[in-house]
Amino acid sequence: MNEDNYLNAGYSLRSWFFTTDHKRIAILYFASLIFFFFVGGAAATAIRIELATPQADLVSSDMYNRLFTMHGIIMVWFFLIPSIPNTLGNFIVPLMIGARDLAFPRLNLLSWYLFMLGGAVTLFAILAGGVDTGWTFYTPFSTLYSNSYVVAAVMGVFIAGFSSILTGLNFIITIHRLRAPGLTWYRLPLFLWSLYATSVILVLATPVLAMTLVLIAVERVLGVGIFDPKIGGDPLLFQHLFWFYSHPAVYIMILPGMGVINELVSCFSRKQVFGYKFVAWASMAIAAVGFLVWGHHMFVSGQSLLASLVFSFMSFIVAVPSAIKVFNWTATLHKGSIHFDAPMLYALAFIGLFTIGGLTGLFLACLAFDVHATDTYFVVAHFHYIMVGGMVTAYFGGLHYWWPKITGRLYPEYWARAAAVLIFFGFNLTFFPQFVLGAEGMPRRYHVYPPEFQVWNVLSSGGAVILAIAYLMPMFYLGYSLFFGRRATANPWNAPGLEWQTPSPPPEHNFDTQPVVTRAPYQYSPDFKAEPQNA
Amino acid sequence: MPDAVAPQFISTAHRDETAELGMWVFLATEVLLFGGLILGYFVYRHSYPAAFAAASRHTEIVIGAANTAILLTSSFLVACAVDAFAVETRKICAGLLSGAILLGLAFIILKGVEYADEYREHLVPGIDFNFEASEANGAQLFFVFYFVATAIHALHMLIGIGLLAVMATLTWRSTTTRHRAALHSIALYWHFVDVVWIFLFALIYLPGRSA
Amino acid sequence: MWREWLPFWHPGVSPHGDDTDLLFAGLLFISALVLGLLFFLLALFCVRYRASNLADRGDRIRKSWHWEVSWTAASFVGFLGLFVWGAVIYFEIFRTPPDELTVFVVAKQWMWKVQHAGGQSEINVLHIPVSRPIRLVMASQDVIHSFFIPALRLKHDVVPGRYQDLEITADKPGRYHLFCAEYCGTEHSGMTGEIVVMEAADFAAWLAQQMPSNSLAQEGGALFRELGCSGCHGGGSKVHAPPLEGLYGNLVPLADGSFVTADDKYIRDSILLPRSQIAAGYEPLMPSFEGKVSEDQLLRLVAYIKSIGGQQP
Repeated sequence: MNEDNYLNAGYSLRSWFFTTDHKRIAILYFASLIFFFFVGGAAATAIRIELATPQADLVSSDMYNRLFTMHGIIMVWFFLIPSIPNTLGNFIVPLMIGARDLAFPRLNLLSWYLFMLGGAVTLFAILAGGVDTGWTFYTPFSTLYSNSYVVAAVMGVFIAGFSSILTGLNFIITIHRLRAPGLTWYRLPLFLWSLYATSVILVLATPVLAMTLVLIAVERVLGVGIFDPKIGGDPLLFQHLFWFYSHPAVYIMILPGMGVINELVSCFSRKQVFGYKFVAWASMAIAAVGFLVWGHHMFVSGQSLLASLVFSFMSFIVAVPSAIKVFNWTATLHKGSIHFDAPMLYALAFIGLFTIGGLTGLFLACLAFDVHATDTYFVVAHFHYIMVGGMVTAYFGGLHYWWPKITGRLYPEYWARAAAVLIFFGFNLTFFPQFVLGAEGMPRRYHVYPPEFQVWNVLSSGGAVILAIAYLMPMFYLGYSLFFGRRATANPWNAPGLEWQTPSPPPEHNFDTQPVVTRAPYQYSPDFKAEPQNA
Repeated sequence: MPDAVAPQFISTAHRDETAELGMWVFLATEVLLFGGLILGYFVYRHSYPAAFAAASRHTEIVIGAANTAILLTSSFLVACAVDAFAVETRKICAGLLSGAILLGLAFIILKGVEYADEYREHLVPGIDFNFEASEANGAQLFFVFYFVATAIHALHMLIGIGLLAVMATLTWRSTTTRHRAALHSIALYWHFVDVVWIFLFALIYLPGRSA
Repeated sequence: MWREWLPFWHPGVSPHGDDTDLLFAGLLFISALVLGLLFFLLALFCVRYRASNLADRGDRIRKSWHWEVSWTAASFVGFLGLFVWGAVIYFEIFRTPPDELTVFVVAKQWMWKVQHAGGQSEINVLHIPVSRPIRLVMASQDVIHSFFIPALRLKHDVVPGRYQDLEITADKPGRYHLFCAEYCGTEHSGMTGEIVVMEAADFAAWLAQQMPSNSLAQEGGALFRELGCSGCHGGGSKVHAPPLEGLYGNLVPLADGSFVTADDKYIRDSILLPRSQIAAGYEPLMPSFEGKVSEDQLLRLVAYIKSIGGQQP
């Protein structure tokens, strides 16, 4: 790097671990998330190897139960929830908005330390012997019957929850107060609308999880029965409290991905996103209505039929804004000028895989079908299509798109395209057979299973091998690009956003002069040239 | 000499507005935190109305009422302190804040006395809990919520007392009004803790005591 | 019937199962259409509008909101239809079962204990006659389990602290998987079994063959005496306790002025949490039997109380 940028602004450990620069904090998160992705991925690998045969051969039942619990806890709280917001969001939001940093840089650093502390406590729970309750901690099993490190795991997640809250708070205030002159709400890139909606969920839903986890810990440690039916407690109260957070949480785990897709589809079609306002408000609608559907996890739990009716109805309503987004992205391609760089391949994969995941969500929202399919592999396939096929794909797409900005290097394009295609193929081979398994009645969280389910399990495990290799590929070529990649210019994609109007990598203070925004986002001229937002 | 602001802000006013907005969003998260707990309380109160009423009659309304008066007064002092925040009256402001701190500490001490009483009367679930058999289950659930809610509230009080102490010190020493936004934010937090207490007071001490 | 005209259709084991299968087929069909349309458009646009291709890109859509409203409305109407379809079947699946043939199921880590009314018991197997609605009364001894019969497209959670009614009807003899579908600990995946559906005559023969010593109601009567219930509720008692003959299924006036129906749940709650609902005109004297009586024993006591007169609640 010739000029001064945030990476060479200091090389000491102190300059990294006491930084308040949002860009460096994003890198800190990025490194931690790679670690947690590996831990969760290792659990998944063990699970899929075990499930290749109907009987137990790799691990004991107790160990298997700890593996799927660990996979869920790590992937949900220590990978997916922080993924896009804390890496791409932390790095790009101030740049996209024309600011020098987030509103509260020290809270940003604190959120990373809380995340690491929560991760350490959870890792302790895992290494000390594990947790075997499932990531959902259902009572009374988790409070009265489990002989595992429930309190430690719950406390680890509790601490990490504060990291979520601080992140959401920071983004909300930043988007409200730190926008560049001329950057009105309707001139914001849609990535920011999505992160705003995500942040509303982060700040409002996470506290309810915090309280629920405290109650589990209190019940377990003090032996008092809050959810214990023997003294009149109600196990279903736990489920309501838990899912009141955890359903909105799944929208935390997709909205940022949708936000990234807006950026990718517009840039690589050289065209503004079709129906900007509809897409923007669809994000807000998903966040709002997402708080009203939690009971669709409880259709056969014993809640009243009327409650199930209401939650099913609301679940269909919440699907409408997602459908709107898919139609809008497709319409964006119409009469565009489409380039098939790696980020676009990821974006196209997202649209397909998310739609499959979303459609199968409709299956599950449908009361009578859910009676059969709930607690089977159908649900497992559904949420993996959205969280992995959707969110992780979008994460990789965004990572490749903003890689030149973040690192100042270009990644090797052909390797990247190959990895994207292999991920798509491996992912479908891993998870599509699981829809069949679920429809045939194979329950989830099963260590051993009847032999007639083996064929589909073998396909799924085979797919998992391919997927694992495909996910490793970017490690290698992105790592390679850090040292040997061609240097990137400020705007390698010729895109109009403010983040592209500053050098790659950006200087520590982001912009030499305050950008002033004069036009809407995604303005490409009829000959597909970008018109920068601040020109 | 103009105040230096962090680079993402364009002026001290900008920074101050931003900080206060941040406190409002934070308070929204706290509403949901206590809200979840209060929801659980209401579910069980609906299932065990008689037991909740009986259990509530065993709470110490004198201490509870005294604490409510103490906390309301402390909020009043904090509001006065915000009003008195100016360079000339900074010692008065610091004094008012100190008064609020003392009242806050009084609250905590009385709460401790109350907890000790409840321990002696075997009303602490998990520690030799004893209640008349016909209402024991519901009463135990009531007291679980009582202890969890008031303990979390007390934790928030302690944090608030710490913040007020920092604020009082800063106000006493500083010859400018650069900490106005911090004072506003901390005052907001203190008022919120007070409002939560009012809800808790109504839900803990009052059921079963009317008519 | 008309469903046989659908390609690949084969009738299942229960009428509700068939309804669910038709719903599934409908969902698959609609999804295939939507997905097909989406993939077609994506492929079309990617090919025709790829950067190197000179296609007509003039006259882009200006008034996007016509399209927006159309596809939003279409989605909403489609979703509403699916919602109603699913809801109608759901309500039929979970309607209150008729009382004629009741089987009690106790779920515990990690087995299903099945008791027929005549006292026959089995573990991890449930024998039922073909084409008759069976009312399952399910309870859990410990944690939440879930009773899942994939062949019937049916499951329901079994939650500790409450009774769960479920109606099952199988129209074809055969053996079908029974799975526990709510994670319940170490041997969750081992908590599986079979539903054995038999012709009526075979089922009667099987029942007779089981040689139970007593019916559930008889065993409940014995427990009623052993546990001391008859000490207060019996005829010669000096304690003023509500008589239980003819109680089952009728309305009970409570001390707070409300009424409650004396169904299975009421009986169970009265034994475990007697102070929660005091009968009008009686003192709250009854001790709780929480921890002194298991779910199996509770089912027998309920069966006994049913047998001493009353009606379908």
